[in-house]
Amino acid sequence: MSYAMRHVLSRIGLYLLAILAALLCAAPFLWSLITAFKQNRDLYNPANNPFVFNRPATSDHVLYLFERTSFGTFAWNTLWVGVLVVLITLLLGLPAAYALARLDRPWAGWFGVAIFLVYLVPPTLLFLSLSRLIVALGLQDKTWSLVLIYPTITIPVSIWLLIGFLKGVPKDIEEQAMVDGYSRLAAFWRAVMPLAFPGIVAVVVFAFTLTASEFIYALAFVSPTPEKVISTGVPTELVRGDVFFWQSLQAATVLVAVPIAIVFNLFLDRFIAGFTQGAVKG
Amino acid sequence: MRTRLADRDGALAWIFLMPSVLYILLLVALPFVLAIGFALSDVTAGDPSFDWVGLRNFERIFEDPVFWQSLGNTFIFTSISMVLIVVLGKVLANILVADFRGKWIVRFFVLLPWTTPVALSSIAWLWMLDSIFSPIDWVFRQVGLLGGVGAAIKPDTNMYWLGEPGLAMGSVIAVHVWRLTPLAAVIMVAGLVSIPRDLEEAARVDGAGYWRRMFEVTIPLVLPVAAVAALFGAIFTFTDMAVVDVLTNGGPNNATQVLTSWAFFRGIDGGDVGQGAAIALFLFPLLLAAAIAILRAVKRMEV
Repeated sequence: MSYAMRHVLSRIGLYLLAILAALLCAAPFLWSLITAFKQNRDLYNPANNPFVFNRPATSDHVLYLFERTSFGTFAWNTLWVGVLVVLITLLLGLPAAYALARLDRPWAGWFGVAIFLVYLVPPTLLFLSLSRLIVALGLQDKTWSLVLIYPTITIPVSIWLLIGFLKGVPKDIEEQAMVDGYSRLAAFWRAVMPLAFPGIVAVVVFAFTLTASEFIYALAFVSPTPEKVISTGVPTELVRGDVFFWQSLQAATVLVAVPIAIVFNLFLDRFIAGFTQGAVKG
Repeated sequence: MRTRLADRDGALAWIFLMPSVLYILLLVALPFVLAIGFALSDVTAGDPSFDWVGLRNFERIFEDPVFWQSLGNTFIFTSISMVLIVVLGKVLANILVADFRGKWIVRFFVLLPWTTPVALSSIAWLWMLDSIFSPIDWVFRQVGLLGGVGAAIKPDTNMYWLGEPGLAMGSVIAVHVWRLTPLAAVIMVAGLVSIPRDLEEAARVDGAGYWRRMFEVTIPLVLPVAAVAALFGAIFTFTDMAVVDVLTNGGPNNATQVLTSWAFFRGIDGGDVGQGAAIALFLFPLLLAAAIAILRAVKRMEV
């Protein structure tokens, strides 16, 4: 077989594999997109082809989501909890990561590993005692309890990733800044931060994704409807006993999935860079 | 020269670390110790007083056959999904590093399973696996695998994906693998990108065939990052019960019950905090040892 021929074949194989992977990953969502606009009589008939509209499409169920459920409230709660958690994570994690990446302490290596190991403690173990703490603080059934607790998930991973990004900034740059008369703190702020900024944005996106996905704490700590976040609110509000509001559920899934995936995609390359530099070469 | 505080590295390191350390001590270490305390006491939701009972909670969970079933399920669930996540993650990573047209849309689709809140994507799957309306069953019926006499799998009209113990376990594993493979792929892309291209080129020039290059160059170089991907997969598998909770709630008949969901069921739903803590604690030493071993091995391979 000629070289050109093999090249063409391997290209075709690559495209086929890529299309297959994309379809497998996206199947439930593409599917949700169709289902969300189906009429009940179309959906609840096992003989109907599930991949096409057997009856005219309807937007009733999508509108139901916005008009008759607290979907908007859940989305808003997820958003502000996420933003606050990300801010807390950066405020605490960035200095810590800088200390471990740059201040040349002999114990920085094992300290970094120890912080990463915190990530291993399962929420199933912690929520039993955390729920008591939440009650003691008067935060039970408040969305604020999640703002307090979620950084336990985001801080360890973020520190780990941030160490990577900060190590990626050449040392000479801050040394030069310090020679020029900046203090260590000012050098960090003025010289290192701007260069590490894209990586920091990647950590922001990652931490937000973790926060939006969290399920166990949200389930255990918050039960009133107006205080819920998306990951617990949608399954509990749109599933009443045995009755599933399927089309609205599917609409909610797509509406939440797409924006997060778009934002994550924008920063994927930065995220990958952080993994190589920080994690393994610690 | 006068040294300002902002210039003293040692002090600065501690000031920088202190907030994170304090936060972790207060909200992770302290609750963790408390959870160990719960595991050794008779605390329940109804009677929050703290009485020392030694290892009695552990004795009681050991007497419960559901615990052993959950433990077995946890090992099956974790080992099968880990292998699949790492292998499929590697395949996906190879696609993601290649150059081709329309890559951005493939990347977008491929990331969806991981970036979507797990409770929502599990619900999308719940419909895919529905006992009556499952579109998978519809396809099976069209191609003659299901429905009617002479159907290849069985004459019933549906598979009952979440109703049969074996199928339910398979479904839960499939959804879990589907969800975590993109993350493993992203981690491995990071590893693949960092492998110097010239090493493979050099091996090719020296006449090493595809398989030799694979086993003697690529795999040893990818191993550290694959181990990290596996570690992440294991952590998510051990600590995350959302897929199980939404899809099967541990059923049918505890066939998909894993330790995390069982701990939640006993500790929160059942109100037996002591037992819940004991169940959740049971595998922690194993997880910790595995994590430390993997991290050390990765470090050694790197050097």
